[in-house]
Amino acid sequence: MTNDKKLLSVNNLSVTFGTGDNPFTAVDRISYDVDAGEVLGIVGESGSGKSVSSLALMGLIDFPGKVRADSLTFEHTNLIGLSENARRKITGDEIAMIFQDPMTSLNPSFTVGNQIMEAIEVHQGGSKKERRAKAIDLLQQVGIPAPESRIDSYPHQLSGGMSQRVMIAMAIACDPKLLIADEPTTALDVTIQAQIIELLLKLQREKNMGLILITHDLALVAEAADRVVVMYAGQIVETGPANEIFKAPRHPYTQALMNSLPESAEGHDRLKALPGVVPGALDRPQGCLLNPRCPYATDRCRVEEPGYYGPEGRQSKCFYPLDDNGRPTQ
Amino acid sequence: MLYFILRRIGMVIPTFIGVSLFAFALIHLIPGDPVTVMGGERGMTATERAELEAMLGLDKPIWVQYFQYIGNVLQGDLGTSYVSREPVMSEFLTLFPATIELTVCAAIFASVVGLTLGILAAVRRGGLLDHTVMTISLTGYSMPIFWWGLLLMLLFSVNLGWTPVSGRMDVIYWIDEVTGFMLIDTLLSDEEGAFTAAVQHLILPSIVLGTIPMAVIARMTRSSMLEVLGEDYIRTARAKGLSKRRIIVKHALRNALIPVITVMGLQVGLLLSGAILTETIFAWPGIGKWLVESISRRDYPVVQGGLLLIATIIILVNLLVDLMYGVVNPRVRHSK
Ligand SMILES: Nc1ncnc2c1ncn2[C@@H]1O[C@H](COP(=O)(O)OP(=O)(O)O)[C@@H](O)[C@H]1O
Ligand SMILES: [Mg+2]
Repeated sequence: MTNDKKLLSVNNLSVTFGTGDNPFTAVDRISYDVDAGEVLGIVGESGSGKSVSSLALMGLIDFPGKVRADSLTFEHTNLIGLSENARRKITGDEIAMIFQDPMTSLNPSFTVGNQIMEAIEVHQGGSKKERRAKAIDLLQQVGIPAPESRIDSYPHQLSGGMSQRVMIAMAIACDPKLLIADEPTTALDVTIQAQIIELLLKLQREKNMGLILITHDLALVAEAADRVVVMYAGQIVETGPANEIFKAPRHPYTQALMNSLPESAEGHDRLKALPGVVPGALDRPQGCLLNPRCPYATDRCRVEEPGYYGPEGRQSKCFYPLDDNGRPTQ
Repeated sequence: MLYFILRRIGMVIPTFIGVSLFAFALIHLIPGDPVTVMGGERGMTATERAELEAMLGLDKPIWVQYFQYIGNVLQGDLGTSYVSREPVMSEFLTLFPATIELTVCAAIFASVVGLTLGILAAVRRGGLLDHTVMTISLTGYSMPIFWWGLLLMLLFSVNLGWTPVSGRMDVIYWIDEVTGFMLIDTLLSDEEGAFTAAVQHLILPSIVLGTIPMAVIARMTRSSMLEVLGEDYIRTARAKGLSKRRIIVKHALRNALIPVITVMGLQVGLLLSGAILTETIFAWPGIGKWLVESISRRDYPVVQGGLLLIATIIILVNLLVDLMYGVVNPRVRHSK
């Protein structure tokens, strides 16, 4: 179990919203590890709890949201027990995050230089001159042309792609060991998307960061990730090494996600194999949360919640995990 | 930016014409006329009356009077008071510092208290403090100035004796008028205790005058802060590990202030009009009291000139606010 390379270990993390007797469980007892220098892909349709779970890692869930976990171990420190101040020292310094919409994620009233230098100021200090030099260097690293002049631009003067590069520069400013990228390209032009992913992966390799790459784009994960976590309705339904999952998905949900990829699906519908949407707060079914949408669901699936099956590191939350031919086992 | 300024200045002209017409019409519409007032209890003969009207130019048709008046105004001549025989402009300039002093103090009170309450309420949203602030601001907003002024005066001046009842200064001091601003002049003079006395005189009128703008600013700041605190860039700031204080003071406030500044600018008009009432309640020797007295004397040139000057000031302040808006909001500054 002990693993020296282990950077982050999430153990039974849950996030609920709302007070009273019937709170909504947006993230339901999820567990996964990230090794140093590893790319972990988290996939799932919108509403699966990908963003909420990563915000919980950053300590950014506000009342009435409630975060619970057996442990959230980052480099031998359990983040759950930390005071707000101690947590803040890690957030933005050793764990950093970039978001979906770069255009709204930068403060319109301050120059990009100001916002990058602020991260350095808070965690590392140094003179203003040093910080500025570092910010220019960071802008250079993320591929922004003419960084000496761009540093004094305001966010509204930048394109979406440029803004996301600035967000990345800001996130890596303090050399984090773990970077969380929450759908970093969803809001961008298709032509820019590949460039941003390439940049993220390049920086990840150069700095040997752990990278959690959140996306609903399975093709992207297939290319970029070492290991994959598939989420559905707040739960992890399948985990495993990327190549194995793509060769032979064990969970019907993963299979459906793959069938909806352009190269494998004849139709153009998203999740063609899986009609319906992720259940929200009021329509969570009993038993396996996927059962109303699952083509293989049995009576058992409709009453009993499945546990995790399969070897360590390659598990799926299904009573009838698929075999190598994509057929449910009995 | 230059285009922006020029366009704003261009909008001033029609406003100005409208105000002058309005001021002129209003004073001529209310019943009573200056000649009758001058006649007093004894009255006057018809010939005396005709002579006086001719002298004042009141015998001509009203539209001729208006154009004559406007012609003079454009040459910088606002006329002379029927009562004091002093040029309106010079009377205005003598009294204006008192009004500015009161208005500025009220504005400072309204901004400081309004912003603070608004920010605190937003940060502690839904808490006791939030509810208290919202109640205060709703009450403050619906408070009639006259009643509120008398209430405070009764409590603090009459019952508790903490502040003077009225006026701008105690008669025991002899203050040379250097700037016209009592706070500055008392500091310049060597009368001991005069400055404190000046401050004491200012407190109640400033609070009374500042209450409504304070309530407006508090509400606006609160809602603007709440909106900004939900923005993505606040999440980014938190993800950087910044302290709460820094997030609120730097990242949220800067953006939340943009709409608040506009509202503050609009309050200047409210302050100047509120000053008229407040000055009357507290016998504050400023423009407001002067105008009210001139209306009852049917002193046409003073009322018209005074209104015109106040309107000009409000217009200029709003222009200034628009320019300030450009300073805090880079998106405005950079647009054409
Ligand atoms: N602040 C919140 N309050 C209540 N429910 C929330 C909140 N944030 C997210 N949720 C709910 O949690 C679920 C998961 O959301 P999210 O993590 O954003 O999904 P994803 O990122 O996978 O698209 C959704 O059903 C969403 O409506
Ligand atoms: Mg999301």
